[in-house]
Amino acid sequence: MKAFTVVTGIVAPMDRANIDTDMIIPKQFLKSIKRSGFGPNLFDELRYLDEGQPDADNSGRPLNPDFVLNQPRYQGAAVLLARENFGCGSSREHAPWALEDFGFRAIIAPSYADIFYNNSFKNGLLPIVLADELVDQLFQEVAASEGYQLTIDLPEQVIRKPSGECIPFEVDAFRKHCLLNGLDDIGLTLQDADAIRAYEVTRRQQAPWLFNE
Amino acid sequence: MAGKTLYDKLWHMHLVQERDDGTALIYIDRHLLHEVTSPQAFEGLRLAKRQPWRLSANLATPDHNVPTTSLERESGIEGIQDPVSRIQVRTLDENCDEFGITEFKMQDQRQGIVHVVGPEQGATLPGMTVVCGDSHTATHGAFAALAHGIGTSEVEHVLATQCLIQRKMKNLLIRVEGELGQGITGKDVVLHIIGVIGTAGGNGCAMEFGGSAIRSLSMEARMTMCNMAIEAGARVGLVGFDEKTAEYVKGRPFAPTAEQWEQALAAWQDLVSDDDAVFDQIVEIRAEDIQPQVTWGTSPEMVTTINGHVPTLDEAADDVQRMGFERAYQYMGLTPGQKITDIQLDRVFIGSCTNSRIEDLRAAADVAKGRKVASTIKQALVVPGSGLVKAQAEQEGLDRIFVEAGFEWREPGCSMCLAMNADKLGNGEHCASTSNRNFEGRQGYGGRTHLVSPAMAAAAAIAGHFVDVRAL
Repeated sequence: MKAFTVVTGIVAPMDRANIDTDMIIPKQFLKSIKRSGFGPNLFDELRYLDEGQPDADNSGRPLNPDFVLNQPRYQGAAVLLARENFGCGSSREHAPWALEDFGFRAIIAPSYADIFYNNSFKNGLLPIVLADELVDQLFQEVAASEGYQLTIDLPEQVIRKPSGECIPFEVDAFRKHCLLNGLDDIGLTLQDADAIRAYEVTRRQQAPWLFNE
Repeated sequence: MAGKTLYDKLWHMHLVQERDDGTALIYIDRHLLHEVTSPQAFEGLRLAKRQPWRLSANLATPDHNVPTTSLERESGIEGIQDPVSRIQVRTLDENCDEFGITEFKMQDQRQGIVHVVGPEQGATLPGMTVVCGDSHTATHGAFAALAHGIGTSEVEHVLATQCLIQRKMKNLLIRVEGELGQGITGKDVVLHIIGVIGTAGGNGCAMEFGGSAIRSLSMEARMTMCNMAIEAGARVGLVGFDEKTAEYVKGRPFAPTAEQWEQALAAWQDLVSDDDAVFDQIVEIRAEDIQPQVTWGTSPEMVTTINGHVPTLDEAADDVQRMGFERAYQYMGLTPGQKITDIQLDRVFIGSCTNSRIEDLRAAADVAKGRKVASTIKQALVVPGSGLVKAQAEQEGLDRIFVEAGFEWREPGCSMCLAMNADKLGNGEHCASTSNRNFEGRQGYGGRTHLVSPAMAAAAAIAGHFVDVRAL
């Protein structure tokens, strides 16, 4: 996993609530058995005017000029600004894979669906929760100034605005630790293999029917 | 000391280790796998040279990509027309063979939608923790099991460690008291609930369904409800253990037998929330208020009753919702104020992990019996949830009822719920669907989904538009 420390980048606004993971990466692309290469099909149905196919070349497809990520001012965006309940629906981790592959490193929204939120941290993608008013204000500032950038400082847990103003944000200590160091949490869990074995011994006595081969 | 909720009990039973940072290591009893969210996890194991922690905890079956026509199914994997789908199904077989994981392959009669197969096999038991790389894993909570969907990184984590790193969720109780009206199903109850609390209403929560109306529901109906807890934002849906749970589980292939059954049955009696349990939030619903439900928009919370209408902008709660309504009118090709019964339909889909069990098929067949699918309907599909559900339905003659009425009787799989196989909606087509999500493009590019119960879907197929199943 890519480590996340301090990221500065253009902010792309998607002014819409309940952006679901079907929208982020439509099902036909889930047939891949790899975990990379989803970026060209991020938001496929919103981004292109035709229907996308897996394993196809996307370079000649007609773009939807109205879609935010196709507008010149948001090219190279690294931060996605959205509304409440971002990432709802399917548990597909292909959603954060596609966002990360496209170049996004952080999302800012008032709330997230639980599974998406969890999946993001496993892929070097930082989902930040901010209050509605702060998100509203960011939408206004992004609209008002072309090339609007934010700096996300994970060690300090602040978002720095171009004006110098800082917005603090919360992040779970364990997730922060993993993200800062790009850690694989399986390795961390396996350090507690003895505790898992001890649990199994006790549990097998209490509920032997759970351990039938 | 205050009593415990069912969720609190399940959490504590599976706690391997609590950490100072507020996270906990939770033990996983059952891990279900399918072809879409597992290949990258198996690849991760191989790259790190890790082995599955406990093979017998895993059970796999392909469901999302499998074709549902008997022609394609007859020749096995080679018969899958779509080469990308074929690779994915074959990869699951190869991974399960390599690591030694039990799999019901495509040609096995026990194959089916993973959330139908688990309970059907008794692989889902009360008091278990059940996970799967699929958000509809919440289904298994109907058995008083702690069940939720996970991403692919967590699939790998569970394979390698038999545990997950979790934070405790909040406790939310949805209490449905009273008597459900005639023709009102678990699907109507859960859609009504989503309409009340919204698609984010359960975020961060384990959502328990309680009250006299829930106790009166069958296991199938409870599975339908827990299945859609995720559509209300809750990863976990739960129903307390009772005699119905025990009766459903008893005698299934993976269920305990003899002395172990007695021992398990005694332990399971405690799998209910205590009378004095403290919930973070309680939502009260009157069973009598629930009417047959139909979704009109592109989010499950955009739902109304069969006698309702597409809401107008004035009915939106705020600006964000107003914007959502405007988009949905446009995508769905509907006008504000339009009556639900005036929506013309093109296709009908009866199936999915929400509504493809024997009780669902019986309810739909009951409506279809002696009637004909309207000539304006291009296709009406019935896709059983598993090979065993299919066999049971055929034994009861349900397949003949459907075929005589003009429905297509298919092989088991996820099918048109998410259209990863060949079963999909055309651009702009309206579908009465018993599935769980009406998102844009979910059932096919430009497709327009309306979520309903199996009886309502069958009735809509006959009429060519939505009708009140109670008036038939």
